[in-house]
Amino acid sequence: MGNKTQISIVVFVFLGLAIIPLVAQMTDTPFYLDLARRMMILSIGALSLNLIMGYGGLISFGHAAYIGVGAYTVGICAEHDLVSGFIQWPLAIILSGLFAVVFGAISLRTRGVYFIMITLALAQMMYFLGVSLDRYGGDDGLPLIERSSFEPLIDITNNIVLYYLIFFALLFSLFLSKRLVNSRFGMVLQGARSNETRMKAIGFPTFGYQLTAFVIAGMMAGFAGALLANHTDFINPDMMHWTRSGDLIIMVLLGGMGSLAGPVVGALAFLLLEELLSGVTEYWQLIFGPFLILAVLFARGGLLGFFSAKERENG
Amino acid sequence: MIDATLLFEQLFNGLQFGLLLFLLAAGLTLVFGIMDMMNLAHGSLYMLGAYVAAQVTLWTGSFVLGVFLSLPVILFLGIVLEAGVLRPLYARGHLDQVLATFGMILFFNEFVRLVWGPDGIEVPLPEFLQGNVSLFGIPLPNYRLVVIGMGLLVALLIYLLVTKTRTGMLIRAGASNREMVEALGVDINRVFTLVFGLGAALAALAGALAGPILAVTIGMGEHILIQVLVVIVIGGIGSIRGAFVGAMLIGIIDIFGRSFLDTFFKFFLPVNAAETAAPAVASMLIYILMAGVLFFRPQGLFPAKTG
Repeated sequence: MGNKTQISIVVFVFLGLAIIPLVAQMTDTPFYLDLARRMMILSIGALSLNLIMGYGGLISFGHAAYIGVGAYTVGICAEHDLVSGFIQWPLAIILSGLFAVVFGAISLRTRGVYFIMITLALAQMMYFLGVSLDRYGGDDGLPLIERSSFEPLIDITNNIVLYYLIFFALLFSLFLSKRLVNSRFGMVLQGARSNETRMKAIGFPTFGYQLTAFVIAGMMAGFAGALLANHTDFINPDMMHWTRSGDLIIMVLLGGMGSLAGPVVGALAFLLLEELLSGVTEYWQLIFGPFLILAVLFARGGLLGFFSAKERENG
Repeated sequence: MIDATLLFEQLFNGLQFGLLLFLLAAGLTLVFGIMDMMNLAHGSLYMLGAYVAAQVTLWTGSFVLGVFLSLPVILFLGIVLEAGVLRPLYARGHLDQVLATFGMILFFNEFVRLVWGPDGIEVPLPEFLQGNVSLFGIPLPNYRLVVIGMGLLVALLIYLLVTKTRTGMLIRAGASNREMVEALGVDINRVFTLVFGLGAALAALAGALAGPILAVTIGMGEHILIQVLVVIVIGGIGSIRGAFVGAMLIGIIDIFGRSFLDTFFKFFLPVNAAETAAPAVASMLIYILMAGVLFFRPQGLFPAKTG
């Protein structure tokens, strides 16, 4: 990041997130605990999307599919009495990675509008697959009989424990993103974003790098899905609906694409905005839709970009 | 077993669904092709067309009037949207286009919910469109025949417009190399406004015609939009011919998958497994087809871009 304002915003955000369970407990408002947990899970999803979209320049409009695969893995395992998180979660990550290999290999053959449309269509296919899985709730979804068990280590049926597990998962994801982006691998990825032909000409097989990034992002999203299933105690096809993928893109953009912690700020802002607006009116998307259009037309660089632009102006 | 009557009936339904997809795909593929513009709100125009037609039908009692009034209304809306919101986006990246048109979808869905409520509208068919015609002893619903007739007529008109007129020549030239056409002194933006308005009217026609068959509901636009995207990707972005072939393929394969896949699976799977697997695979069939086509031809079946 290398930008003081950005770092202080991020530190502030994480400190805030760290004390929320305390505040929620003291003020007896468990609702905020729930909201903050959801924010952090979607932050991980947005972080993973930012890897391919922000740093790779690959606009995936189907990222919610991997969250869905992760969530369904946990849900289906639990349905068959396989409740150990030590098995469920790695399985969720591996399976979403496998889906990402196949989907990535197909969609990365194309670029631009094609890429957007294909990732969208493949994710929608997963949505319909979820709808047609009658054994696992079909359209209505499936309640999670039991949360993943991490005996004898921790007990995530305790909401506070689950909260801090998610908190550290988010910190870890952020750390991982930072390491990836600043590695040689990350440099090649960013090089391919700005000029793919040139990267190929100097000898980098960009397809392999992009596919690897796509798979890593998919696995990270799958992990977020595993968390989400435990958070909502419920899985349903709506998690994979294309509008969820759209939400993730909005989060990344709202925070500032291609900045490390941007997606976290974006996810927080998005859910907060949703919460506030839906408190004002039932028809909140009537406001949010035009807001989005105006934001696209006039505000560029997202929230973090907005703040760092101010800093640049101030010298 | 599959009997010939059912096969023929479903072929007929597939044809009708395919033509509906074509009405949407024709306008959208040109928008994508000429301006390299990602427009997700095309489905919203389809939805609004259906609602306007349904509302006029309920007011006046005339379905025909509903259909023909929704066209100019949505044409006008399309032109306003193009000039007001989309035009500044052409120079932007795809991401901005995706987001802005996504915002439009959210707005229109909520707008419809506010005006017409969360429940769908039932559109009654006029008497002369009810009933069946018997062809070789197979009953075919009148209304579906009308939809097929309209679809084929519009397809023919678009074909004539695109291949036989000067405007059509500019449209084709714009889809294959926009900069070159501009360099030759053509105001491609004006051509594009025309294309966009035309596409909006076609989407409204599709929506209005779909009203009595499918439900007029809030999510209807997005649901079909994604199928239309598959059509366009398979056909090749910017190609009307590709859109037609793609729409027919998708229409027939989708309907056939839903009707006959379980019978087909029973040839080599136990009955139980076949009945579980068939609906799942049927709903994924068109996406698998798309993946297959792209694997061999990443630019679709009829690529329009030459440069």
